[in-house]
Amino acid sequence: MSGSLLSEAKPLLELICPAGSLPALKAAVDQGADGVYLGLKDNTNARNFAGLNFDAKALAEGIRYAQTRGRKVLMALNTYPQPQTLQRWHAAVDTAAELGVNAIILADPGLMAYARKVHPELRLHLSVQGSATSYEAIAFYRERFAIQRAVLPRVLSLAQVENVIRNTPVEIELFGFGGLCVMVEGRCLLSSYACGDSPNTFGACSPGHAVRWQQTPEGMETRLNGILIDRYADHEKAGYPTLCKGRFAVQGETYYALEEPTSLNSMAMLPEMLKMGIAAIKIEGRQRSPAYVAQVTQVWRAAIDAVKRNAEAFQIQPNWTAQLTKVSEGSMHTLGAYNRPWK
Amino acid sequence: MLLPTLPAALPRLIARLPMAPVSFALSLGLNRVAWRSLQDLDWTPLYGRSFAIRILDLGFSAGFRVGPAGFAAARVADAAVTFSASAEDFVRLALRLEDPDTLFFNRRLRIEGDTDLGLTAKNLLDGVELETLTAQLPAPVRMALNQLRQRLAGQVSPI
Repeated sequence: MSGSLLSEAKPLLELICPAGSLPALKAAVDQGADGVYLGLKDNTNARNFAGLNFDAKALAEGIRYAQTRGRKVLMALNTYPQPQTLQRWHAAVDTAAELGVNAIILADPGLMAYARKVHPELRLHLSVQGSATSYEAIAFYRERFAIQRAVLPRVLSLAQVENVIRNTPVEIELFGFGGLCVMVEGRCLLSSYACGDSPNTFGACSPGHAVRWQQTPEGMETRLNGILIDRYADHEKAGYPTLCKGRFAVQGETYYALEEPTSLNSMAMLPEMLKMGIAAIKIEGRQRSPAYVAQVTQVWRAAIDAVKRNAEAFQIQPNWTAQLTKVSEGSMHTLGAYNRPWK
Repeated sequence: MLLPTLPAALPRLIARLPMAPVSFALSLGLNRVAWRSLQDLDWTPLYGRSFAIRILDLGFSAGFRVGPAGFAAARVADAAVTFSASAEDFVRLALRLEDPDTLFFNRRLRIEGDTDLGLTAKNLLDGVELETLTAQLPAPVRMALNQLRQRLAGQVSPI
């Protein structure tokens, strides 16, 4: 399966799509994803929302559906185990190995050590939550735990990404589209600050139990554990109810003090990504419905096929942009850090 | 537009109907067409809680709750969580043509009340395949739904 590097061509711009449910997984596969990533129904992954994700039965069916069509299933186990419940994370690694996923995506070194020891044949990917931004950090994870792919945080410019790729044999996966985190991935405590739960421990940023939306005469208010984080006038597009994307009163002015509600869209950089040998492009959004997965997968499949056919002639089609803008947070997207001039 | 053929007076007529019979008719209808496909889901987190949907352009609301035997009418005022959207957007959601987050970002869907409960219901329904949901419907209805889905999918949904 995943062990023999010699028999496998080095992947290039694999399209990796999110699946929060079996219908979403099937939508991704049907629309041409090369791989899907998913998680179990608990806090072993960073999209621990009520009713979302896979139990063992759905996981087995999803793996069968994807692998019989030649696609991969990657399982996210990217939260940090808690001392009292470490067994849950170990059991999840065992389940992934037994059911035959193509790789697991990990952030915690202790869990990597467990996976290496108990399931040495299981392919390991370093999660974005591991927050490795340098080739030295990636080399450490490779030497100690034999990780074969690293997902880079959305904080590096494309020039910095290229520098990482030139100096590591580990496959590099980049975020292509979707929700954009404030620039401290894997280390963010803003959600915990407001409501006591954060992705690394609880498995969700702004969990549903802490979120309230209310229509008021001034507009729609978003509250996180009672804290007013934004108020939208009727004509304004909305974003996710996260602290980082709220508007705050700072020295007499009310504005997006940390970042705007917007989605990442790196499509314009596909020719450069192809040239520098990016192994895979990840689409964010396991919390979203099958309709989103189908729409975004379809557009990115077309774009990646186009750039692989002829990178020089690659042009973004207007209908691709329209489709992606519609599903974007705040109906806006950005190249994010990929094209920033400063380092 | 999905509903160009509706008589102009229909929204006004519906708005004047007492809401209890609307809720009753809706839960009866859901039980008839969908409960056999939905009953295997784990509804237990939703037992005892009631939901309301508000169809903004038609001006009506309906309340219902879920129990072991299926859907039952409930008072709109008692709803723990309320979803509001236009009739066409509810149809788009039901036919898996649109993602609720997309509609939310574009201010076409409102969720008020217990967000976690709303998310649970949304994720539970997302886990069911459309074919499974419609499997119990009579063949002509299924065909009509498929045609409607294809027609709507071909249209650019206005933002």
